[in-house]
Amino acid sequence: MTEEQQKIVDFLKGKTGKTKFYFNDFLEVFPDKGPRDVKKVLTSMVNAEILEFWSSGSTTMYGLKGAGKQTHAEGED
Amino acid sequence: MAKHATPKLDQLESGPWPSFVSDIKQEAAYRAANPNKVEFQIPVDCPDDLLGVLELSYNERETHWKHGGIVGVFGYGGGVIGRYCDQPEKFPGVAHFHTVRVNQPAGKYYTTKFLRELCDLWDMRGSGLTNMHGSTGDIVLLGTQTPQLEELFFELTHKMGTDLGGSGSNLRTPAACLGQSRCEYACYDTQDMCYQLTMDYQDELHRPAFPYKFKFKFDGCPNGCVAAMARSDFAVVGTWKDDIRIDHAAVSAYVGGEFAPNAGAHSGRDWGKFDIQAEIVDRCPTQCMSWNGSKLSINNKECTRCMHCINAMPRALGIGNERGASILVGAKAPVLDGAQMGSLLVPFVEVSQPYDEIKEIIEKIWDWWMEDGKNRERLGETIRRLSFQRLLEVVGLEAQAVHVKEPRHNPYIFFNEDEVPGGWERDLEAYRSRHQR
Ligand code: HEM
Ligand code: HEM
Ligand code: SF4
Ligand code: SF4
Repeated sequence: MTEEQQKIVDFLKGKTGKTKFYFNDFLEVFPDKGPRDVKKVLTSMVNAEILEFWSSGSTTMYGLKGAGKQTHAEGED
Repeated sequence: MAKHATPKLDQLESGPWPSFVSDIKQEAAYRAANPNKVEFQIPVDCPDDLLGVLELSYNERETHWKHGGIVGVFGYGGGVIGRYCDQPEKFPGVAHFHTVRVNQPAGKYYTTKFLRELCDLWDMRGSGLTNMHGSTGDIVLLGTQTPQLEELFFELTHKMGTDLGGSGSNLRTPAACLGQSRCEYACYDTQDMCYQLTMDYQDELHRPAFPYKFKFKFDGCPNGCVAAMARSDFAVVGTWKDDIRIDHAAVSAYVGGEFAPNAGAHSGRDWGKFDIQAEIVDRCPTQCMSWNGSKLSINNKECTRCMHCINAMPRALGIGNERGASILVGAKAPVLDGAQMGSLLVPFVEVSQPYDEIKEIIEKIWDWWMEDGKNRERLGETIRRLSFQRLLEVVGLEAQAVHVKEPRHNPYIFFNEDEVPGGWERDLEAYRSRHQR
């Protein structure tokens, strides 16, 4: 795992309660990087199967592979 | 015999319109009979269970669908929308019922071969139920289970030359009107631009990194057959700079009753003789037309390209020759803030391959919105929150009168000190030498 990937894993493991995060939430992990560079790190982690996408259909979030619940009932999230 | 009794749904079939209930029943009967010996990969009776769970919802007035999930094909953040039923024992056929979005071809032109292959594939690997097309424009394949997804994806991409569409927080499948392929009103090649931008922005389509959804739509003229300015974050709408072309002989032919107005549409009733004054000139929203009894004139400076006169007398009036497009941004459906129409950003831009000028604007907007947009905030809401003027700064455009509808209505263009010669400073002593206290 690269240093950048590790930072994201640490960020996700450091959060209790929530398992899925919006793209924007990762921008704070890398204050010096623009969104496009952060996206590259996240994409590399999805391709390496460290992260996975979670989608409601209208929005998409990122989480550690296997973490958290699959589905939500209306208004539950 | 239907698997579930559905008296409420049956009632929906009694009206004058085609009913989705009849369609689903037809598919249920087809799957039960299976005349083509399809090797169904998901439960044969999923259309029956779909009707059953819907009847239950009608009785209980509660949905039994759970939304969301980690479904999709490897590496893609969109294109598949997870749906699970919360009564899987009663309705095992729809325990998983994921929707797949497939990128429709530009202008929605198909060969019958493609449609047959698609339906065969979906009969085997899905419920057989489709929605042609979703509001986004995609081909929507309704209802399958997780193990089918990679198989479907492989067939679609390797054998049928298409791809999944967008869903979630990414660029949604771009959509275009049929444009120059059939329509003489098209001011640019909508299909080409839609295709090109779909190809250029594959990463944005499949790997979401936006605060929320983002839609492009391309209309060849202000008639707006894909309603770009009402429902896309970035609408490219064909327009022209010069004058509406007038064929005066053809105008006279309309007036003389030789040509049917509106190309013969609305002719089911007797509306009386064509009245150019009442039906064309008086209907012009900017009142820029006049008819002196023998000659039609247009004050083109005031024309807003509403298309009314051209639609009504297509043989006499035509779009101008200096063609291009207007760009409008920020339209959206109601979810958070109420529905919003697009706001005019660029009044005229020439549209030609490789569309670099337009792509530059798109990318500047994305960079800004990705950085400053809030989670689940559409571009139109970001603009409202941070001002239209901020958007102008971001894309590097100067405010113009066309950005303002009328004074006080949307007074969101303010000057900054550095834009005003001399700034806000003034010499009070010099002022007092000219003005008494
Ligand atoms: C009577 C039942 C239903 C009604 C009246 C209904 C109504 C609608 C409407 C009005 C839309 C937006 C139309 C569009 O985008 O073209 C929509 C979209 C959608 N519906 Fe339904 N729906 C029903 C049942 C279902 C069921 C049973 C599912 C899945 C289990 C479902 C999944 C979806 C999805 C995934 C979309 C987005 C599709 C797209 O346009 O890309 N719907 N529905
Ligand atoms: C070219 C010259 C002028 C322009 C463009 C102009 C424009 C305006 C505008 C836009 C407003 C509405 C401001 C608002 O309520 O937001 C206004 C209000 C007003 N103007 Fe003028 N004005 C002009 C000259 C004058 C002159 C010469 C007088 C009187 C000597 C005057 C008296 C007023 C008054 C009393 C109001 C109402 C102020 C208030 O609502 O508190 N204006 N003007
Ligand atoms: S939007 Fe205009 S150019 Fe496109 S198909 Fe409709 S009428 Fe023709
Ligand atoms: S296009 Fe519309 S605004 Fe322009 S002249 Fe015709 S009716 Fe008037």
